[in-house]
Amino acid sequence: MMKTPLLSVIALIAVLSPPAAAQTPAPRAAGAPKELRVGIVTLLSGPASSTFGIPAKKAADAWVEKINDEGGIGGVKIVPVLTDEAGPGDKVVAEFRRLAADEKVDLVIGYISSANCVAVPAVAEELRVLTVLFDCGTTRVFEEAKYKYVFRTAAHTGIDGIGAARYLLAAKPDVKTIAGLNQDYAWGRDSWEIFSRALRKLKPDVQVVETLWPKLFQGDLSAEISKLLTAKPDVIFHSLWGTDLASVNSQGRVRGLFRQSLVIHNNSAFLFKEFRDLPDGFVVGFRGTHWPDVPDPARNPLQKEFIERCTKKFGEPCGSPHGSYHMVQALQGVKTAYEKAIKATGRWPSVDDVVKAFEYLEFDSPSGRIAMGVGGGHQAIEDSLYGTVKLDPQRNQNVLSSVRVFPAKCVNPPDGVKTLDWIDQGFRGAQCP
Amino acid sequence: MAIGRRLDPALALAGLGLFLVVPPFLPQWITFLLTLAWAKALAVLGIVLLLRGGLLTFGHALYYAVGAYTAGFAVKFLGVHEGLAALGLAVVTGAAASALLGLLLARYRGVHFGLLNLAFSMVLYAILLKFYEITGGTDGLRLPTPLLAGVKPDAQHLRLTIYYVTVVLAALLLYVAYRFTTSPLGYTLRAVRDNEVRVEYMGASVRQAIYCSYIVAGVMASVGGVLAGFSVGHIVPELSFWTQSGEFVFVALLGGTGSVLAPVAGSIVFEFVRNYAFKYSPYTWQMTLGIVLLGIIFFLPGGLWSLKGIAARRWTIVTRRSQ
Repeated sequence: MMKTPLLSVIALIAVLSPPAAAQTPAPRAAGAPKELRVGIVTLLSGPASSTFGIPAKKAADAWVEKINDEGGIGGVKIVPVLTDEAGPGDKVVAEFRRLAADEKVDLVIGYISSANCVAVPAVAEELRVLTVLFDCGTTRVFEEAKYKYVFRTAAHTGIDGIGAARYLLAAKPDVKTIAGLNQDYAWGRDSWEIFSRALRKLKPDVQVVETLWPKLFQGDLSAEISKLLTAKPDVIFHSLWGTDLASVNSQGRVRGLFRQSLVIHNNSAFLFKEFRDLPDGFVVGFRGTHWPDVPDPARNPLQKEFIERCTKKFGEPCGSPHGSYHMVQALQGVKTAYEKAIKATGRWPSVDDVVKAFEYLEFDSPSGRIAMGVGGGHQAIEDSLYGTVKLDPQRNQNVLSSVRVFPAKCVNPPDGVKTLDWIDQGFRGAQCP
Repeated sequence: MAIGRRLDPALALAGLGLFLVVPPFLPQWITFLLTLAWAKALAVLGIVLLLRGGLLTFGHALYYAVGAYTAGFAVKFLGVHEGLAALGLAVVTGAAASALLGLLLARYRGVHFGLLNLAFSMVLYAILLKFYEITGGTDGLRLPTPLLAGVKPDAQHLRLTIYYVTVVLAALLLYVAYRFTTSPLGYTLRAVRDNEVRVEYMGASVRQAIYCSYIVAGVMASVGGVLAGFSVGHIVPELSFWTQSGEFVFVALLGGTGSVLAPVAGSIVFEFVRNYAFKYSPYTWQMTLGIVLLGIIFFLPGGLWSLKGIAARRWTIVTRRSQ
């Protein structure tokens, strides 16, 4: 709230004057609070914490530090309030309410599990808490409902499957038979549905010879691998993660699965340091350009800084591509939206001001430029990155080769169109190079 | 100590009064936790009722999930947004499911009873997981805010409304449970635990006593499931998972089996301990929770409800001394 016109003029000048240098703290917006409390909800325990949750937490540590080093958001420092996402659904909702009411957070960044991303938005709307979903995949969030206070700063899982289909047709245009190996839960089902439908739309004569649904974290996949070795599909698509990804890699490699078929994996569910152990010829996809060489760090200073900060803080990049990059995207989105709202209002913005600034926002991140392009401006679209793991014999280590980046508008439906409808309509309006 | 002894009406009414008067002055998230605790207390109550007959079930979450998904399907397929109708339906489905499974389960005792219940709850879990198109799979179903008697609760007082509906219904069912335990059938069930053969010789039907109790326990959990579903706004197959049943058994032991009111005490303490464990130890909340609960088991083997007995004895000693 503005006290005097003079104050508002000063504030306006302060906000509009260009920053002298990157290191000088940003001027404080009028009416700014002492600190910006940000609830950070990520998996700190359980099977998904290693590849998604902890890397996201490390990235949050590194990037909050960066933002605060540079003076915070509108001169206000971020104070993260960390909680664990693990546990049953009622607990996750209870915890969200506690963050809002007891911790009095200004906004919440969180949620890796799709189930939680379906559960939390209704509560966020009720409490009018700005909530940024950072990592979960389900297309349901903004395709089934409309929310005012909820945003997702990472692409949904639609681009995983559509990107995989497009990459496959470029890498192996004569593909005739495919098989699916996906964990038996909602996201595994979604992954296969999107990929197989997209591929058959692009190449109608492709035949599905096997669809296998191992239990989540089954671990031993020898029976499934035997079936795949007998079915001899040209291509195997899988969305396994956690122990299942590790076992299909180790068991499949020794049994010749990767020599027999082209194996394509739709999300980078491995740690950076696990990359050296991936089998040769394995095709991996990323939900966004989350790879140290893509886009070229020299051309993207934020990515360069992200890698440097993580390496300085933890002695290695922040864990895995999937969790860490998505977390930084959320922080960058929030920062940009707040700054835009401060600029527009000339004072510290209300939640509604930030929401208004956030809709259809575009912001820079280590993953490149992100546009809140769909879902009424609440859902980000990202480029899809696919590449083939190749052993470089000279250096005796894996490199990502035959890299292809599909622009966001090539793998995402236009605003207001549901992903599966878009596929069935033949990708109308797709802008592919 | 035994359940079914005279319910202390003064204590029960004072307690209920407290729960009716205080919440408007509490922060909203605490009201939410209380709502959840009361709803879950109903499922725990079902377990306590069966424990009275010496029957320990490790699958009671089955009926909790039946209730929740009844409400979910009522919204999704029948377009029923009326909360009271959903509750009515849940009573029917809960009774139907427990009547059907009870035909088989009432024949078993001990570990067989416990594990068969667990098996059935896991079957339901698998069904909810696999029929993805219908149930939403692991992502679950959203449960929008219900209408109450045709009226949409005012957004500002939504949480309090749901809280009061939950508490009043739960209190009603607690009373039903109390009446059940003090009925001839309820006493028969207690006798079953002591000596089943003797009950049969006396001419009472053990099968009938267990079967009826099983249905009552199922309906309690089913109503609890709907109420919890409405307060959370989202339901997932994990509601039927064995860890949820385990939690109910745990809360039953935590509260104690000394009274129909004990599940409420146990449930409230459990929700708060869990929530504060999250707050103060985000990395080690599981361990914190475990240590607190182990402590209670070691030092209060009769559950929290035994505190009441201890307090009463102390009081008698103190008053005697002063005379």
